[in-house]
Amino acid sequence: MAVSNNHFLTMKGIYKAFPGVQALEDVDFALRKGEIHGLVGENGAGKSTLIKVLTGVERQDAGTITLEEKEILVRSPQHAQSLGISTVYQEINLCPNLTVAENIMIGREPRKLGSIDWGTMNAQAKQILQRLDIDIDVTQTLGSYSVAIQQMAAIVRALEISSAKILILDEPTSSLDAHETAQLFEVMRKLKSEGMGIIFITHFIDQVYQVADRITVLRNGKLVGTYDTASLPRLELIAKMIGRTLTEFDDMTKIKLESGKHIKGEALLQARGLSHTGYIAPFDLDLHAGEVVGLAGLLGSGRSETADLLFGVDKPDSGTLTFAGKVVKKFSPLASITRGVGLCPEDRKGSGIFPDLTVRENIILAMQASQGWWKYLSMQQQYEIADKYIQLLNIATPSADQPVKNLSGGNQQKVILARWLATNPQVLILDEPTRGIDVGAKAEIQKLVLSLAEEGKACIFISSELDEVLRCSHRIMVLRDREKVGEFSGEVDELTIMQSIGGSE
Amino acid sequence: MMRQSRFSWARLRDNKVFWPLVALVLILLFDALFTPGFFNIEIKEGHLFGNLIDILNRGSALMLLAIGMTMVIATGGVDLSVGAVIAISGATACVLINPQLATRLRQATEMTRDITYTPLWLLILAALAVSTLCGLWNGLLVSRLNIQAMVATLVLMVAGRGIAQLIVNGTIITVYYKPYFFIGNGYVPYIGLPFTLFIVIAVFLIAWLLTRRTAIGLFVESVGINSKSSLYSGINEKNVKLLAYTFCGFCAGIAGLILSSNVKSADANTVGLWTELDAILAVVIGGTLMTGGRFSLMASIVGALIIQATTTTMYALGVPANAAMAVKALVVLVVILLYAEQFRGWLTKLFERKGVQA
Repeated sequence: MAVSNNHFLTMKGIYKAFPGVQALEDVDFALRKGEIHGLVGENGAGKSTLIKVLTGVERQDAGTITLEEKEILVRSPQHAQSLGISTVYQEINLCPNLTVAENIMIGREPRKLGSIDWGTMNAQAKQILQRLDIDIDVTQTLGSYSVAIQQMAAIVRALEISSAKILILDEPTSSLDAHETAQLFEVMRKLKSEGMGIIFITHFIDQVYQVADRITVLRNGKLVGTYDTASLPRLELIAKMIGRTLTEFDDMTKIKLESGKHIKGEALLQARGLSHTGYIAPFDLDLHAGEVVGLAGLLGSGRSETADLLFGVDKPDSGTLTFAGKVVKKFSPLASITRGVGLCPEDRKGSGIFPDLTVRENIILAMQASQGWWKYLSMQQQYEIADKYIQLLNIATPSADQPVKNLSGGNQQKVILARWLATNPQVLILDEPTRGIDVGAKAEIQKLVLSLAEEGKACIFISSELDEVLRCSHRIMVLRDREKVGEFSGEVDELTIMQSIGGSE
Repeated sequence: MMRQSRFSWARLRDNKVFWPLVALVLILLFDALFTPGFFNIEIKEGHLFGNLIDILNRGSALMLLAIGMTMVIATGGVDLSVGAVIAISGATACVLINPQLATRLRQATEMTRDITYTPLWLLILAALAVSTLCGLWNGLLVSRLNIQAMVATLVLMVAGRGIAQLIVNGTIITVYYKPYFFIGNGYVPYIGLPFTLFIVIAVFLIAWLLTRRTAIGLFVESVGINSKSSLYSGINEKNVKLLAYTFCGFCAGIAGLILSSNVKSADANTVGLWTELDAILAVVIGGTLMTGGRFSLMASIVGALIIQATTTTMYALGVPANAAMAVKALVVLVVILLYAEQFRGWLTKLFERKGVQA
């Protein structure tokens, strides 16, 4: 059967264990030529491990990999590349300060008389990009282009290194906006038509349905099944991913309406004409106790800039910020934390996590910072706090002493969330708290936000996923091109917000 | 929640002190086999003498530097100026003992009398204050002006010896004030161990309490691991760095006192020359990454002892000073290789293969 299905890559009975975890258990996976194959599952389902086995980062404990009817043992990522298996990782690992051409051709620069032949190199790079209908100036630095273009460059580079037959895209769209995603999908379809087998890993269910021909679902390190996209309804897919049917989201609306009753009194946090030139134009904002205000807008519309300003990472050029009736004079993260404001930042890897520190240390850090240098929390207190939030947020870790880098992305996100909850903030700003995490955990976090509101805390909820913003927020502030363009409260539908985001009449 | 409190091999191996300690034991094992009488300890006039004592005594300055350097490197920085600060510290102390020594080129006989113009406590305080100020200067350049650590401390590395030259007026000052000699040459009565050892223990304790009994150690590691995350977590990165460099200057100041007291003079040109590199090496051997992050003061101390033990071994074997440098480099290379993930992998494979054949 396998042959008639023209699977040119087959992984059979793959097992892989890490200390304390069976990451993969008897997993089968098969890829056809010229197909886009979605690989989905919750955090810790084993997607990353499966890919690591395929790309030689980890070696399987048992099981076989067959490529074009030859059994192979992938020894290293380099070896994988030489076999024609190329990977583009979630975080773009190119050099933003080099030109696009340099990034694509690095290590294989055409030479003339021993030195780099720049003319040929740029021409070649341009030609390669044009093959994917991307027409840009390759002599500009990569950093000057959008994340989407950078992603394309990463893909092109991955394809160019080897004569790739298989392309693995690990969460390629997590930092792209809708338009950029569409651009990426076009490239993927083009590659597919050229006979490439593409493995597409994502948390966005919509996107799987947009591009994938087939879907393989993993859960808890085991294979749930492989399905044709067309014959698998979405709700069924989600049910397969989380192993139960999804009712949480319906409950949420109820919780939201309920918690909405608690909004009261004067604004806890109030901005009047607050601005940071070049980042966000003057805006007004009122945030009451018990209220969740959503920030909606495209990537780069000024959402994170607004959050940074309210948290004091950046200092405003004009306007005033009032907290609990008092005008804020000191703008710094530390001052904000002491005041009772927390910010869970957007970029988990860059400005959230301390990979080498333990879960415990990561959780207590902001609280400790507010206590200062000398009042060091005792080990007992630290463990109490850490254990409390590990339980409360359901963080999957063998112990509080585990370095946080060993945790999956979603659990790292929860650790950062725990760091902020531990400071017991009156106002919590959450910038993309659900990015890159699975459906189940998403629902948990959304619920948590609403329960915080119920406790009388105020939240600012920032997300690229509009349905999420709508579901959680009592009020929505819309940003476009670094400017506040609207505010909506009460019952609003997605379309209204979308029109406001897009700026169409 | 489970806590990893039980003893286990994996846990021991993960301990930062473990590998340096293995290296140190190997060096001492070598001595036991090839250097006759290396472990002999004699008692002369109530003082303990021997190679082991010598390692602790001669290594004291390096151990102090390693303590300070650990803090700086853990924040992701480096301090190249500690050698120059040693010179400044020694020069300050010696000049204060007898300011005239620096003003007259020829030293008359009355100058060689056992007297001081500044009380001992004051001249120690002054030397330490000046050194701490040097550290503060480095810290300000790095934390407030955001100058790269290597560049910022290079300034003082180059200028520092010039400053020390100015202090001693371009001469080599020899001092004759006996109580001052005690710092670098003295033995603690009844115990019979060198006084320098107790200085190291005291400074180590201060540093340990400072980093492990307050939040400072955690903040230093946080800043070294991810400075942007530290900013968002409300950690005052600037002050953390400032403290690390200042403390490093303070440690270098004590080392300067020890070294100048030990040779009873202040030689701005040569004292502590290249010790910054030894100090960095000690920290690296101690397993702290040059990019910052997790650190262990104890491991750095062991790192310093490895360097000193190698040197002492060379002397005990009678290896010429020039060749000793090369051997020392070799030892360091081996230790660093043992740290490299890649090299360990090769070793493991090599042994696996041999195992299969056998």
